[in-house]
Amino acid sequence: MGKGNMNEQENAMIRIHVMGKTYQVPAGLTIMDAMEYSGYRFIRGAGCRSGFCGACSTIYRREEDYRLQFALACQEMAEDGMYLVQLPFTPAPRSKYNLEEIDPSENVLLQYYPEIARCVSCNTCTKACPQDIEVMDYVQAALRGDIARTAALSFDCIQCGLCTMRCPADIKHYHMAQMARRIYGRYLSPVPNHLEERLCEIEEGVYDNELGKLMAMNKEELGIAYAARIREEAK
Amino acid sequence: MDGLTYFPGCSLKEEAKEFEISAMAVMKALGLPLIEFERWNCCGTVFSLTEDDLMHQLATIRNLIRVQENGSEEIVTLCSMCYNTLKRSSLFVNRDKERLEKINAFMDREQAYEGKVEVRHLLEVLRDRIGWDKVEEAMTHSLEGLSVAPYYGCMLLRPREVGIDDPDNPTIMQDLIEALWATPVEFPFQTECCGSYQVVDRRELIVERTHRILSSARRSGADVVITSCPLCQYNLQKTQSELKETIPTFEEMPVIYFTQLMAVALEVDSGELPSPLLAGLAIEEGVGNGER
Repeated sequence: MGKGNMNEQENAMIRIHVMGKTYQVPAGLTIMDAMEYSGYRFIRGAGCRSGFCGACSTIYRREEDYRLQFALACQEMAEDGMYLVQLPFTPAPRSKYNLEEIDPSENVLLQYYPEIARCVSCNTCTKACPQDIEVMDYVQAALRGDIARTAALSFDCIQCGLCTMRCPADIKHYHMAQMARRIYGRYLSPVPNHLEERLCEIEEGVYDNELGKLMAMNKEELGIAYAARIREEAK
Repeated sequence: MDGLTYFPGCSLKEEAKEFEISAMAVMKALGLPLIEFERWNCCGTVFSLTEDDLMHQLATIRNLIRVQENGSEEIVTLCSMCYNTLKRSSLFVNRDKERLEKINAFMDREQAYEGKVEVRHLLEVLRDRIGWDKVEEAMTHSLEGLSVAPYYGCMLLRPREVGIDDPDNPTIMQDLIEALWATPVEFPFQTECCGSYQVVDRRELIVERTHRILSSARRSGADVVITSCPLCQYNLQKTQSELKETIPTFEEMPVIYFTQLMAVALEVDSGELPSPLLAGLAIEEGVGNGER
């Protein structure tokens, strides 16, 4: 290995600070990989490693920045000088409810999560969201009983809990929003009539004949039928 | 069509839907529709009196920033409480630019608030921009014979610097009532406090005040009381059944929003009206609800 290569390798190392201790790690790793490279083994705080499960909430600050930053360790790249800590769990009890028995009226979210009325619109929750959700906007929608808007705005939530850890009003945003989405799904979303009609048709045996034909086909015939299928035109 | 940048506030989406329904219909009929702006949040509910407590100004200032982002320099409210909080907050930051700087620095993701948004109550727009004569012209169903007591409460008038009218002797709602050919009824408790949020844990206090305020309006000859505050309306209307249990001689009094009265006179959607009032107005149930 030549001298130039050695230098390049040295340049490719960055420093990260994990809970106060500094480590040299190769550049180009995610925060999670960089921490594992440093010798940490995740028992909690790691899950899907694909940005969907919300288990690897990370809080960090850059050396020259006054602001705290928030990320999922499996998604964000480690940078030189990051001060890092993991937040594997958020202590936030969930209200108990039976979805079949609740009244989906405007005040229902306030009834089960009364602390949403403590929101002072500081927007700290929104700044903490690694999914770039307008968290405060959905809390405000919930406060005025707009369940559909709460459900829509919070749709990308992965329940990591960072909003809830940062909230000065002690709101349990993500649990509340999950309830809103459940209520929306159970009571408010439009009923797909065509689906019900199709299910009836299936039960009445309208497609039995066609399905029987498919079941009787061998692999080759199935391949031909598949290639010749009628596609629904894109709208 | 030009319109007004409208701030509803949470109550108008929950307990006070009739207020919004009737105001929307009335303003459409008057050619200056209310247009709800995107992404508003709670007004902050109660103006914080602590001089250095800037945290409780964030909600209001954020609303003014959204209005500014909308390209508007005016925000119109229906709820007296929202009006009071928004207006006082805007004055609070304009009076001391250091406060505004601090708030803007805290909200570092948003546009900085420039201090230019005017907060107005719908009654002011009716008086100053549309004019009582235009309101009278738009009337299709005269309210002649109906005695209406205006109940101002606190938030429209006090403190003086945000009051839309004289805090001791207001006339703005009287003028509206006259424009609709109804008879305004003056009564001594028209600017008395309804008890406000004490309703949460001192309900008996509200019941007592409802008795005092509405009995006075009744003695002065009122058929109906109008207000512009969802909390006053809630307190004065919802405690009447309890009042009747303790004082059987108490005569119930319909308490409605001023926009509902206007909607009846303009024959547009008034939202739901209390049935004793419908009888008093000699109109059938369903009239005025045509566009719903």
